[in-house]
Amino acid sequence: MHEMSLAINIVEIACQTAKQNSAKKINSIEVEVGKLAGVLEDSLAFCFHAARNETLAENAELNIISVPGKGHCGDCDKSFETDTFFTLCPHCQGFSVDILEGKDLKIKSINVD
Amino acid sequence: MCDTCGCGKPGEHATIQKPNEPQSNHQHHDHHHDHQHDHDHTIDVQKDVLAENNLLAERNRGFFDAKEITVLNLVSSPGSGKTTLLEKTITAIKSETPLAVIEGDQQTMRDAERIDKTGVPVVQVNTGTGCHLDAHMIQHAIQELDLQSNSVLFIENVGNLVCPALFDLGEAMKIVIISVTEGDDKPQKYPHMFDAADMCIINKIDLLPYVDFSIDQCKQFALEVNYKLKFFELSAKTGEGLENWITWLKQQQKS
Repeated sequence: MHEMSLAINIVEIACQTAKQNSAKKINSIEVEVGKLAGVLEDSLAFCFHAARNETLAENAELNIISVPGKGHCGDCDKSFETDTFFTLCPHCQGFSVDILEGKDLKIKSINVD
Repeated sequence: MCDTCGCGKPGEHATIQKPNEPQSNHQHHDHHHDHQHDHDHTIDVQKDVLAENNLLAERNRGFFDAKEITVLNLVSSPGSGKTTLLEKTITAIKSETPLAVIEGDQQTMRDAERIDKTGVPVVQVNTGTGCHLDAHMIQHAIQELDLQSNSVLFIENVGNLVCPALFDLGEAMKIVIISVTEGDDKPQKYPHMFDAADMCIINKIDLLPYVDFSIDQCKQFALEVNYKLKFFELSAKTGEGLENWITWLKQQQKS
């Protein structure tokens, strides 16, 4: 359940940003969740509801944008989209695959009053 | 003083404790301010959710680099034999290599007490309900340990093959331990950890005759997730295969 830690971090970063901008309340928080970030979106949404209590984000909505994963094959030097860690390269069937994108978990923006 | 919140106390709802010493607690505070501003507007943030952890991990890493300390983060499911492996490893090399250990568990001092008997400095982090160690806990734990230059620091993470994969602690490498009683398909079931790891130890090989576990199959699954993984096969209990691991470990010590 690391989603709880992540949800708390999301609320903290959002509240910090809101305070720096002298906002009264946070209406929504937009987060980008990579498909390979190891985060269960439903679980994150559930934890967010607990984490936002008694903060500026108390009534905020969490908008989750899924970001697809991207792999790169060291054998044939081609890139491709992937949603799993055990992907053979679709071009050459090699398995020297490095994950380039899709592991990130980022707060994109917040909407405030 | 805590660098994260300035609160003067250690660990996010965690307790950090040496064997035979009282514990210290740490809670985070939030501060409320009055705000003006009335209209609805969007603020661009573009910040990694784990930015705070990653920053503290880099700070830990800087400290370790400056003191030339090799830090190994041991991760596995509960019961894979991490503590037994540590006990055997410590006994084998403590006369020539300065060592220290940070033990992570949700509750109890049991592991720290076991390590304490080997005579090396140890501190226990109890995460309470937390499922992983984070860089902030490690920052406070190392303040409790008088770490020597050119030493090796083992961090035994909370037994969990999922969450510790995400949290950088400032280590040089993550070592994932899998025991043959767990099933050779663990790398497929928990790919995040095998992707995050640099090294894989297959433990309890003395039990191979009694279980349906194929080392080749396990390695194949693990390599499909992370083709860069290196392996050790050993039994911490009988000592079989321990020598290769110890030899490798000695090579990691910075001089």
